[in-house]
Amino acid sequence: MQLDGKTPSGPLQDKWDKYRFETKLVNPANKRKYSVIVVGTGLAGSAASASLAELGYNVKTFCIQDSPRRAHSIAAQGGINAAKNYPNDGDSIWRLFYDTIKGGDFRAREANVYRLAQVSNSIIDQCVAQGVPFAREYGGMLANRSFGGAQVSRTFYARGQTGQQLLLGAYSALSRQIGTGKVEMFTRRELVDIVIVQDKARGIIVRNLITGEMERHAADAVVLATGGYGTVFYLSTMADSCNVGAAFKAYKKGALFANPCFTQIHPTCIPHTSDYQAKLTLMSESLRNDGRVWVPKDSNDNRRPNQIPEEERRYFLEEKYPSFGNLVPRDVASRNAKEMCDAGLGVGATGYAVYLDFADAIKRDGKDVIQRKYGNLFDMYRNITDDNPYETPMMIYPASHYTMGGLWVDYELQTTIPGLFSLGESNFSDHGANRLGASALMQGLADGYFVIPYTIGPYLATNGVSDITENHQAFRDAAQKALEHDQKLLAINGKQTVREIHVKLGKIMEEHVGMARNAAGLKQAIEEIQGLREDFWKDVKVPGTASDYNLSLQKAGRLADFLEFAEVMALDALERDESCGCHLREEHQTEENEAKRDDDGYCHVAAWEYDGYGNTPKFHKEPLVFENVALTQRSYK
Amino acid sequence: MTTTEEHTINITLKVWRQKGPRDKGRFETIPVQNVETHTSFLEMLDLVNEKLTHEGKEPIAFDNDCREGICGTCGCVVDGVPHGPQKAMTLCQLHMRKFSNGDVIAVEPWRARAFKVIKDLMVDRSPLDKIIQSGGYVSVNTGSPQDANAIPVPMDVAEKAMDAAACIGCGACVAACPNASAMLFVSAKVSQLALLPQGKPEAAERAISMVKAMDDLLFGNCSNHRVCEAVCPKEISIINIARLNREFIKAGFASEAV
Repeated sequence: MQLDGKTPSGPLQDKWDKYRFETKLVNPANKRKYSVIVVGTGLAGSAASASLAELGYNVKTFCIQDSPRRAHSIAAQGGINAAKNYPNDGDSIWRLFYDTIKGGDFRAREANVYRLAQVSNSIIDQCVAQGVPFAREYGGMLANRSFGGAQVSRTFYARGQTGQQLLLGAYSALSRQIGTGKVEMFTRRELVDIVIVQDKARGIIVRNLITGEMERHAADAVVLATGGYGTVFYLSTMADSCNVGAAFKAYKKGALFANPCFTQIHPTCIPHTSDYQAKLTLMSESLRNDGRVWVPKDSNDNRRPNQIPEEERRYFLEEKYPSFGNLVPRDVASRNAKEMCDAGLGVGATGYAVYLDFADAIKRDGKDVIQRKYGNLFDMYRNITDDNPYETPMMIYPASHYTMGGLWVDYELQTTIPGLFSLGESNFSDHGANRLGASALMQGLADGYFVIPYTIGPYLATNGVSDITENHQAFRDAAQKALEHDQKLLAINGKQTVREIHVKLGKIMEEHVGMARNAAGLKQAIEEIQGLREDFWKDVKVPGTASDYNLSLQKAGRLADFLEFAEVMALDALERDESCGCHLREEHQTEENEAKRDDDGYCHVAAWEYDGYGNTPKFHKEPLVFENVALTQRSYK
Repeated sequence: MTTTEEHTINITLKVWRQKGPRDKGRFETIPVQNVETHTSFLEMLDLVNEKLTHEGKEPIAFDNDCREGICGTCGCVVDGVPHGPQKAMTLCQLHMRKFSNGDVIAVEPWRARAFKVIKDLMVDRSPLDKIIQSGGYVSVNTGSPQDANAIPVPMDVAEKAMDAAACIGCGACVAACPNASAMLFVSAKVSQLALLPQGKPEAAERAISMVKAMDDLLFGNCSNHRVCEAVCPKEISIINIARLNREFIKAGFASEAV
């Protein structure tokens, strides 16, 4: 298969204009004849649903939650980037583009990233027009802050709830279209299959989570905005319902999955304490602006942290990275914390935590200043751990947080299945091997508001209105197959719960496919995943029936996908025999233990094609061509 | 202050079980042994569900998602109080250290005429979405609006709007209200948009259509009990209800929509 990214020709700055000019439009009067399915109502899905409906398309929108307002975009705290340059500090579209491509360690497509930077400003305008209450300065102008180590202040925010406010903005636009009847909204639905007729995506099968019924929906195009796959690690900062299901069903139907091994681990999360734990809570990384990270020098030191004298502490980030100190990028901070814990220096109940100490900052600035800056985070920490961070250091540990990999898409955000598009975190397109802070919200909204409304047009205009309905045999077959899959799961009646097996999968992934990877570990992971998958199909216990709200059955289905997908992730990490961004292969490090890229061998997108259950997927390469930026080595010394 | 040491407690749950909207429902008594006090309330329910699953019984159905207090999915009435005994907190943020050994804990779904029970502790809150669909937005299409800084918003106004916008739509206010009114929910959205210049052109119509939608969807009216404010996990103030009343009365004079 030849992968064609469909990047328009011409200078980088003109590509998007050129594309929009040359593209085939759907006549305004004809738009109402087309129907589009959108799956997911996070930033990308809500924004796409509203914008497509405003254009005149008939939209059917689906979400797994009980309301489109609850998708996990809502949990993003920090902010959203844009190249507005309001603070007059030297920002520009080009700088935002460059920072994003460099932050991704040169493993993303130039043209896509440039477009993202270009539309970033329109996103802020759009959100303000909707009534999103961004933070303001006294004069009434929008406030900006620097975020995630960026050297310009380009981040817009709404307290610590930026994701929530942006999502509620998109939700309000979506609600308006539901009110006018242009969007038909289906909540508590989970995608279980994508229906392909004559090689084109023609609709979906969804499980009605309340009744268990398999519902069939046909349309002229299908848009997936179904988020990432961070819960493959079991413990993550994701919401309970986040899963790889929709993207994985697309993969099984022939869409290629790109760079699945690129996953981001966030350094400042509340550590794992016990197996009952359901999730890890993220705390904004702004904490590292004032907190100092350390471990005891002696691995047998069991004293309370306040009793350990200064000279017996190891401030490992400050020692190793004198200029950036505690503010090194997410992946570097995460890896170093793991290294310390692997060496036996970790603290806390499991030995997998490091201290984040505010004592010096409180001494320097006073408790009031620290409280004003981080009061809500300290309260949250105290509520969860019952420990007072004003008096004793916090304990933190990295956790799975975002996935850069996703369905392979071209410049039009179309997958390798014609008529199937993928937006936001569910595609692979813009963040390369590492995502910068405050860029996830930007990409979700860019794809939904400002890219898909244009790029879906040519497909619809070229292919015309489909006459395939839900009664087509392909729909009946797919629904029947989904029912049989359920029956198979219910019939196993083994001894282990879904959760117990998922915990085991998480441990394999964290151990071998987490922050640092090596060939031997990855090979072992693949074997262990295969073994666990066999166990699952022999020994899982799913009570209840398929004709009811059955959470165990829903979760069993999601875990079945993860047990196949995890192997593709490990395989991708094994195949990528270099380090880049968040993907650290221990065999390839610089002298300072940084990711050492191999641009001659691996400057490409790795895209995997499904080749039947249990078979090794086929590998495809999309070479990455850099015409506008020079490939450099990241250094934070 | 409690210590950080591990404790375990034994509790008895009286949990509402209901097969579906038409089932009558009943309390089921479930003793739960050795609950670590570091667990959250929902993690405790997870463990109960694991045990029920091993016994081949159906787990307790309850809604939850982000488990960090922002998505608004979770919520049950615990010992008579929506989201449980701790102030300004969603149920997912409540921890078992707030309970004592030997406690009997009653767990029920939101009860309101507008919210049908789906199963056990899950209810249908889609009427809240329908209220938003009736006018809880600024009518602006995706496109090229004016530059964001062309609409200055004084800092104090932006802050007040943000206070109102912090509503997570969990429905605790409705569950707490003796009239099962959604006034606090409606007032939060009406306030946010009426305070901001972007929302002013449609303010009158919005107030009228959202209140009408609330009435049509079988929510009750406000009679100033203020329990909504007391249970709200995001501490949305009833000042917003005063603002909604002003907007509504003003709309009666100004709008042709009446």
